Amino acid sequence: MTAVGKSVARKDGIGKATGGAQYADDLVFPEMIHGRTIRSTIPRGRIKSIRYDFDTTGFTIVDYRDVPAKNAVDLMSQDQPFLAEHEVNHMAEPIVLLAHEDRDTLLAAKVVIEYEEEEPLFDPEKSTLSFKDIDIVKGDTDSALRSAHVIVEGTYRTGHQEHVYIEPNGVIAVPEEGGVAIYGSVQCPFYVIKALRCLLGSAHPNVRVIQTETGGGFGGKEEYPSMIAGHAVLLALKSKRPVKIIYDREEDMVATTKRHPSIVRHRTGLTKDGKLVAMEIEVILDGGAYVTLSPTVLSRGCIHAAGPYNCDNVRIRGHAMFTNTPPNGAFRGFGAPQTEFAIEVHMDRIADQLGIDPVEIRRMNALKPGDRTATGQTLRDDTSAHMVLEEAVKRTDFARKRKEWKGTNKSIGISLFYHGAGFTGAGERNLKSKARLDLTPTGVRIAVGSTEIGQGTRTMHAQIVTDALGIPYESVEVAQPDTSRVADSGPTVASRTCMVVGKILEECAHEMKEKLGGLSPADYYAKNGAISVERMYEPPDWIQWDDDTYLGDAYATFGWGCDVAELELDPDTYEVKPIKLTAVQEFGRPIHPALAQGQIEGGTAQGLGYALLEKVVMKNGAMANGQLTNYVIPTTLDMPELEVVMMENPYPGGPFGAKGLGELPMDGPAPAVVNALRALGLDVREIPATPELLATAPSI
Amino acid sequence: MQFRLNGADVEVGAHPMSRLLDVLREECNLTGTKEGCGEGECGACTVLIDGEPVCSCLVPVSQVEGAEVLSIEGLGGNHPLQKLFMNEVGAQCGICTPGMIMAALTLPDDPTLDDVKTALAGNLCRCTGYSAIYRAVLKWKTNEIQRADATQEIQR
Amino acid sequence: MKTALSDLDLRVASSVNEALTILRDEKRTPIAGATDVYVGLNFGTLKPRQYLDIWALDELRTISTHDDKLIIGALTSYTSLMQSHIVAERVPMLVEASGLVGGVQIQNRGTLGGNIANGSPAADGVPVLSAVDAVIVMRSVEGERRLPINSFYTGYRSTVMRPDELIVAIEIPRVEGKQWFRKVGTRAAQAISKIVMAAVRSPSPKIALGSVAPTVVRARMTEQALAQEATIDEAARILGEEITPIDDVRSTADYRRRVSMNLLRRFWADTA
Repeated sequence: MTAVGKSVARKDGIGKATGGAQYADDLVFPEMIHGRTIRSTIPRGRIKSIRYDFDTTGFTIVDYRDVPAKNAVDLMSQDQPFLAEHEVNHMAEPIVLLAHEDRDTLLAAKVVIEYEEEEPLFDPEKSTLSFKDIDIVKGDTDSALRSAHVIVEGTYRTGHQEHVYIEPNGVIAVPEEGGVAIYGSVQCPFYVIKALRCLLGSAHPNVRVIQTETGGGFGGKEEYPSMIAGHAVLLALKSKRPVKIIYDREEDMVATTKRHPSIVRHRTGLTKDGKLVAMEIEVILDGGAYVTLSPTVLSRGCIHAAGPYNCDNVRIRGHAMFTNTPPNGAFRGFGAPQTEFAIEVHMDRIADQLGIDPVEIRRMNALKPGDRTATGQTLRDDTSAHMVLEEAVKRTDFARKRKEWKGTNKSIGISLFYHGAGFTGAGERNLKSKARLDLTPTGVRIAVGSTEIGQGTRTMHAQIVTDALGIPYESVEVAQPDTSRVADSGPTVASRTCMVVGKILEECAHEMKEKLGGLSPADYYAKNGAISVERMYEPPDWIQWDDDTYLGDAYATFGWGCDVAELELDPDTYEVKPIKLTAVQEFGRPIHPALAQGQIEGGTAQGLGYALLEKVVMKNGAMANGQLTNYVIPTTLDMPELEVVMMENPYPGGPFGAKGLGELPMDGPAPAVVNALRALGLDVREIPATPELLATAPSI
Repeated sequence: MQFRLNGADVEVGAHPMSRLLDVLREECNLTGTKEGCGEGECGACTVLIDGEPVCSCLVPVSQVEGAEVLSIEGLGGNHPLQKLFMNEVGAQCGICTPGMIMAALTLPDDPTLDDVKTALAGNLCRCTGYSAIYRAVLKWKTNEIQRADATQEIQR
Repeated sequence: MKTALSDLDLRVASSVNEALTILRDEKRTPIAGATDVYVGLNFGTLKPRQYLDIWALDELRTISTHDDKLIIGALTSYTSLMQSHIVAERVPMLVEASGLVGGVQIQNRGTLGGNIANGSPAADGVPVLSAVDAVIVMRSVEGERRLPINSFYTGYRSTVMRPDELIVAIEIPRVEGKQWFRKVGTRAAQAISKIVMAAVRSPSPKIALGSVAPTVVRARMTEQALAQEATIDEAARILGEEITPIDDVRSTADYRRRVSMNLLRRFWADTA
């Protein structure tokens, strides 16, 4: 092989390092005007009146009455309007759109909205409206709990988390011959198409979405860009001019989606020596005011809630609840970081209660090939819980440090975790993703809707095609995602871009190779002209899943990880200084080791922020600290030394053995950190574990 | 209003309280300098004024009258640090990269890892966890030949 | 930027005298490194529309000593403070505080005079100046006046300065005793302080705190107790009663009080 497994040169070129790469805000179109969103300033109520308190000359003004077809963002449900009509369900809900060519004038325009306020609901536990309920049953938990020697209970909480991609959201809608083009910072161009078709209906059939260079996503640009694109398109259609909407940081933080806050309750039965016999788990997610992706976030959260452990009797109930807060949505990990935080802290509490070492309790219960998960999935040979656990323990000298640091302010903690790759259950089968390879005069071009958002999509896909086709890496091009020109390869989410889309591309390359019949692409092209190969994803045929009972093969494969956090607590200020984090992760096989390492390092940093720093302060249903000054993510000086260990256990269904990777590293840091704090005698069951929380945390 | 930008004299007609960031992006059409927060927190808009890194979102253009401004475009495209950021995967999404490179430029020779961390503490990256950025910067700073190249590059 | 540029007006001063004449004749807010002003303009939260750019006044960038006084020009940046040998020798904790202001970019632009004039109770440099009994030198066309920094603030972000006055320098008397500084920020760098304590250990100890009251404050009762040889626990109790921290988006009153007391103990132990 010439490319796979090597850290080859990135397909991005040098543009990102020269400033030449074009992000949404860098683009200018002739006659372009600027758009602005007027949002609700109350969490719940009815709109009584809207007054335009400015000279409207030169302005384009849009409200819900300008919607050509249906005023609903078409995602899992069609409950969220592009523009509120009569009722407001959360703070910062879009109501009116303005556009003007001069930004100062646009900024100065004052829109006065009068409301009839209603009592808002902020507590998901008091909510009576559930977006989704899940009940997973394995064995008989009730009787197993009755016969258990020991029962350990606990409630664990996680807060909102903001994505903080450094490029805020932004799109430009450009009217063009017979339709409209959207250029934007988006993760899922075809989601935007789906939403726009619903918004515009048959009157405007020709819409296309072109992904511009995207300054980070992490899930935050999965569904919300559909909303912004809809707004820009409405303004563009009305003004007949290109309209640019770029959010500033505060608008981006206050108005767009976040990671769902969670409350997870565990009731666990064990034998005297620490073998799990029953796990009863309840997962409550705060969904916010609209459905968005909450049902699938809950689904992934619930499926991962029992952790990477073998237990014959498991009952997992989950609820995604309505509240009058801005809708929560996709964020790297997608429900699993919440529930794996809970189970991993719970495991350390179990170990404490039984007087067992935290490594030993995991060793005793971790999943092995042949074991069945909570959904009844029988695990295959690519199951690596024990492998990553043993490697992490050995590499960090865990037992020695744990013992030696007792009684000091230094501590060490561990977490064991797993992450299902690709869409859940029948998701990939229903999605019918496609990929296409086009022959060019010099090689081939990859034409997929998968987006490069920093993770290395272009490069990794090109590596797979290079080796599957047996041509030089340099002769593989990657098309910029333009929905009118590339195949719909499904959304760039769920750690599926390598494992799933990469697999289709591998198959496309094999078919292309057959077609070339031994000729080089250039020779074939010269002789026969252009050809294309398009294929659809076929998940492994053994995958069985029942969406009603939540039983079956939830994922084709899982990535496995074990994180060890070493840290020091300042006894005066309760500040935690992470010293080192060792991330041992198995994700099949790295296509590009340096990019893979970057995913683990970056995901680990986000996990550390989630654990210690990142607190969304909600006041009256809105983020009160929507500035980078007050919502703090790790800086260079907050980050410990990171040691990444990549282990291999190939997944036969992935390209060159690769599994999904992007989300796995997000799951482990928070519980490892909190378990280290636990070893210092602090009973912490909540993140972020801020100094304020630690100052008043009960002692164990 | 006149100043030196990337080695050439420029004259701009912007409002004196325009942010240097906006003047660079909109009047000089140099969009390599990015806006991430507008509050001096993220460092994506870092440029050098008279050799010192500053956040161009917090600088009124009146204050660069007669000064020497260096933006990412001033490095050309062959600066070794630019190449190393790509090769070492110090750039993922790339939005923080120009600012990160500008902040790293002023590091002294043979910096320690702590020096690098301190110099880049005003630049947020959400993708990399910073490790790959350290690898890129340290590799540049510990290679004499590349350093000589870099000096030439900036002078040009 | 959420402030319309067309509403803003700027004059640029090329000498201190010119700046003072402008301030006599017009109501203008001085801008130096602009690191606070432009955050406000970007967020659209600043009220003033008339500004006076004093960045070019190099005569306010000197650091010198006169008799026993250290005199720091108002436009001295944090970077310059960090690089100054005289400052390092006389007030090492001011160097330490400067290194914890924002990142390098902010240290290059932010000035000591700006930090004082901005009047934030969370200012990193001001507790140091308060603990060493610094004197603020203000000038107007009518002349100069000197005021101890500890009489400078009258309330949250308000000072005794008249609109026609400019801070030109900060005078720091020779500090007798061990200096001690600790900033507790929201994170390890690029952080706004949740508590700052600057202190001097001497027979009459001096203790100043930021972010625990509407202004940077001296803990006079605590100082007095320690001077009269109260136990450190007793002094910490007094400090807890003396300060008036609040809950905000960055921290809680309870945490600020508790940690202030811990820091006092740490100061006392470290400087024993």
